[in-house]
Amino acid sequence: MRCVRRGLAVRTGRVVPVDGIHDLGGMQGFGAVAHSPAEPAFQQRWQAVARALLVVVAVAVQASGGEFRHSIERMEPAHYLTSSYYERWLTAAATLAVEHGLVTRAELEARAGGRFPLSGPVLAPPVADAGPVAGQPRFAAGDRVRVREWHPPGHTRCPRYVRGKAGTVARADGTFSVPDVEAHGTARRHEPTYSVRFDAAELWADGQHGVWVHVDLWDSYLEPL
Amino acid sequence: MSEQANHPAPVSPVEQRVAALEALLTERGLVPEGFIEEITRRYESQIGPMNGATVVARAWTDPRYKRRLLADGTAAIAELGFGGPEGDHMVVVENTPAVHNVIVCTLCSCYPWPVLGLPPAWYKDPPYRARMVREPRKVLAEMGCPLPDEVQIRVWDSSAEVRYLVLPRRPPGTGGMSEAELAGLVTRDSMIGVARL
Repeated sequence: MRCVRRGLAVRTGRVVPVDGIHDLGGMQGFGAVAHSPAEPAFQQRWQAVARALLVVVAVAVQASGGEFRHSIERMEPAHYLTSSYYERWLTAAATLAVEHGLVTRAELEARAGGRFPLSGPVLAPPVADAGPVAGQPRFAAGDRVRVREWHPPGHTRCPRYVRGKAGTVARADGTFSVPDVEAHGTARRHEPTYSVRFDAAELWADGQHGVWVHVDLWDSYLEPL
Repeated sequence: MSEQANHPAPVSPVEQRVAALEALLTERGLVPEGFIEEITRRYESQIGPMNGATVVARAWTDPRYKRRLLADGTAAIAELGFGGPEGDHMVVVENTPAVHNVIVCTLCSCYPWPVLGLPPAWYKDPPYRARMVREPRKVLAEMGCPLPDEVQIRVWDSSAEVRYLVLPRRPPGTGGMSEAELAGLVTRDSMIGVARL
């Protein structure tokens, strides 16, 4: 049995956040940025291997960008937050390899000599019908828009911190495959995208003075205002 | 302990997992020979912020190039031979005395690979991604880039297909420098927007 309320999907007794842990914009409680002015592309060889293996798997299973990103976003939240970037890539590569039948989890754990954490299951149903192809852009630079307020159980590139917020179209970009569709099947829908400008005061009660935040959004994420 | 001195460093769990996946995919014939070395070589020597620095130095010295760069970043960057994955749709944003630009990817780690290389670890970690859209003035100050209150900050969250490059301001007192010398002044951080030159 499954019920969805307040952005949480409750399945088999386990609470799974569908607003993924990866959607970090505006989240509070993090400390200083561990800044370094320069660093090597790969600090250890295994990082380069992990990067290469994700390319190998993505090519072998023909994963779209949306499916690849969602395979990271489905990581268990505590594992995501405590993983380095390339551990997340490794987890994505292994998850896609298992889900597409290239290897089994048992094989991975036997070779690794221990537990091999993978990402959680896809919660969204497959997208069989991508819907009509979006035509001309609905908006132009200068138009006022509001971002839809919704919490999809699958992949999206609409950050939570702008949902329900009003902004101004700053730039119309090209037409691109909608990630929410391509992550969940072979269907594709292409839509115009826009860079939308938000005043920090619209986004945050404690928004800093003199700050604009621009977020790039697909047409169907937006409503006219 | 002599025990430790006589043995190599233990292999970490994540290294064991990488090795396991590598072995299984290799046995299935999915990993082309030399592929891992090729990926490593490409990102260690061919793709990096030196490419972006070349673009910036050209924009500083050639006003017509700068106009093309701001009008169509992808095409102008391609004129200098740079392009490819994560650089197919480039927008260049210009810093001025009144405006400071900074780029972030709150959802993952989108970054303009052809001109800046692979993103640094801090760009991909939660503190930068969570905080830059909420308190950029504070984060920039903490990172050594304090801005006067009257300077407007424009944050660019790379949430769709466009990738951004910041065009930093040319430092004063560099009038006599060659394009190559100017490129040597341009840092990765100035093109992300977390430093000024």
